[in-house]
Amino acid sequence: MIPSIPQPRALRAAYVAYVAVFFILLALPLVVVAAFAFNDSQFPSLPWEGFTWGWFFGSERPMIGAFHERGILRAIGTSAFVAVGVSVLAVAVGLSNAFLFNRYRFRGQGILYIFMLLPLVVPGIVLGISILVFSSRVANGLWDMAQWDVEALRPGLTLVILGQFSFIATIATLVIAARLQKFDRSLEEAAMNLGAGRLVAVRTVTLPYLTPALIGAFVVAFLMSFENFNTTLMLVGSDAPLTIAMFDRLKEGSTPLLNAVSLLLMLGSSLLALVMIAFQRK
Amino acid sequence: MKSGARLGLMLLLAPLLLWLILLILIPHVDMFLVSLRERVGVGEYRISLANYLTFFQEPLYLWTFLRTAVMSILATLITLLIAFPVSYFIAKIARGRSRSALFLLCLVPFWVSELVRTFGWMILLRETGIISNLLQWAGLVSGPVEMLYNDAAIMVGLVYTSMLFMVVPLVTTLESLPDEVIEAGYDLGGTNTSVMREIVIPHAAPGIVSGSIVVFMLSLGNYLTPTMLGGKDSLWFTELIYSQFIVRFNWELGAAFGFMLLLLSSLIVWGMLRLTGQTLERTMG
Repeated sequence: MIPSIPQPRALRAAYVAYVAVFFILLALPLVVVAAFAFNDSQFPSLPWEGFTWGWFFGSERPMIGAFHERGILRAIGTSAFVAVGVSVLAVAVGLSNAFLFNRYRFRGQGILYIFMLLPLVVPGIVLGISILVFSSRVANGLWDMAQWDVEALRPGLTLVILGQFSFIATIATLVIAARLQKFDRSLEEAAMNLGAGRLVAVRTVTLPYLTPALIGAFVVAFLMSFENFNTTLMLVGSDAPLTIAMFDRLKEGSTPLLNAVSLLLMLGSSLLALVMIAFQRK
Repeated sequence: MKSGARLGLMLLLAPLLLWLILLILIPHVDMFLVSLRERVGVGEYRISLANYLTFFQEPLYLWTFLRTAVMSILATLITLLIAFPVSYFIAKIARGRSRSALFLLCLVPFWVSELVRTFGWMILLRETGIISNLLQWAGLVSGPVEMLYNDAAIMVGLVYTSMLFMVVPLVTTLESLPDEVIEAGYDLGGTNTSVMREIVIPHAAPGIVSGSIVVFMLSLGNYLTPTMLGGKDSLWFTELIYSQFIVRFNWELGAAFGFMLLLLSSLIVWGMLRLTGQTLERTMG
C-alpha cells in the first residue's frame, strides 16, 4: 500500500481511522492526568467539582499545592541533582568512548563494543541488585578490614548515580559516536597542516562539530535519569528521587497533587526536548 | 608519535574499562556468587545450589517466572501488531510536514515518566474512573465497573509504555525502503498482502527485531506497571526480586531470582538474534 498505487476508498478510510484512534489513545492518559490537576476535589476522578489552581499554588490543608509541598520539592531537587551527576558522567565517558571506537583500532575492539552494548539488554532491576550486592560486599570488606565505614557504598544517592550511569553511558556513547562517524577528518588534518597540535585541532575543530550531539546526549541522559525507576528503586536510600517519592504516595492513594506534579513534569520534559531539537537544527 | 598514540589509547580505554568492569562485570559475577551461597549459621555460608532448588521447587516462584515470560512475549507481539501499521503510515503514507509531526507525536508521551503514564491509565480504568463513568452514562452498564487490577490492565500498561521503542526502529527501517521497490512489486502483479509479505516485512526485519528485543526487555524487567495496574493474583517476577531483597532481606534467594531473570532475557535476546541472523551491533549500535 503506497499513495502512488490506487486503493479502494473504504480501505484507505479504515486505515486513516486506525491511525487516528492510535494517536487518540496515545494522548488520552496524559490528557486525563493533566486535566484532573485542575479538579477541585480530593480525588483525581469524576465527578468534576470545578476548576482550581489549588493543586499548584494552594498553601493550606486540605489543598497543599505542588509549589508548597516540601516533600515533593525536595524530591525534585534530589532528582535534578542525580540527573545532572549522571548526565555529566555519561557525556564525559561517552565522548571518550566515541573517540576510542572511532579513532583507534586495537585487538578485542569488536568484543569490547558488544560488551559496551550489553547494559542495554540487562533488565534495570538486575543492574540495580548486582550493584547493590557488590557495593555492600566492598563496604563490609572495608569495615571488617579497617573499621572504615564508607557511606557512599551503602544505598543512597551515590549508588543511584552509579547505577543509572551504568546503562545511560551506553546511550550517550551511541549518540556521540553517531555524530563523530559523520565527521570529515580532513578538517582536522587541515587544522594540523595550519600548525595546530593534535589536541588543539580536536578542541577547536572536532569538539565544536560534536556540540549538538553532546547537548543531545546530555538532555537524553538527564531525562532518562529523571524518569528512571527500576534501577533507582533497588539502590535508593533515605533521599528519594521524584519517581520514587511519587510512587510511594500513589500506593497510599492519590490526590490531584500528583496530577499537578505530573503536569509540571510533562511541561519540563517537553521544554527540554524542544531545547534539544533547537540545538540539533543548528 | 607512536608512543603518543599509545598513551591516547590508554587514556581513552581507562574510563570505558573502569565502567564496564566495576559497574557491569564484577557486580554481575558477584551477584551470581551470592546466589550460590547457602546460609548455614550466623555469618556462615557454604556453596550450594539451594537457592536455585528453592526456585524450582516452590510453585509460586516458578509459576510467576513463567507467567512473566509468557506475558512479556505476548506484550511484545501485541505492541508489534499495533505499531506496525502506524509506523508504515508514518514512513510510507504520510508526507512532508505531517510525517514529522506524526513521528514527533509518537515521541511525546515518552518524554514523561512511566509513572505518569501508568497513573493516567489508573485514572481511566479504575472503578470511579473515566471509562467506567462513560459506560454508565451511555447506559451500557448499570453500576461502576472495575477495570483495574487484572492481567488485561497490565497488558494495556505494558503495551502503552513500550510503544515508542517499537515505533522508532520500525519507522527508521521502513523509511529506508524506496517507494519504487514497492511499486515494482505491484507492477509485477503483487497484491497488498504479497507485497507486504515479500517486500515490506523482510526489509523491516532488522527494525522488527530490535524493537521486539527492547520491548520484551522492558516488559520483563518492568516493576511499576504490574505493581500499579495488576491485582493480587497478577504477581510479576520483578516483584519477587524486590520483596526478597528489600522486604525479606534474603539476598541469596533474591540474587538467584535476579540471575534467572538475566538468564531468561539473555536467552530470548540471543534466540531472536540467531533466528533472524542479526547481530547485537547492527540492531542496537
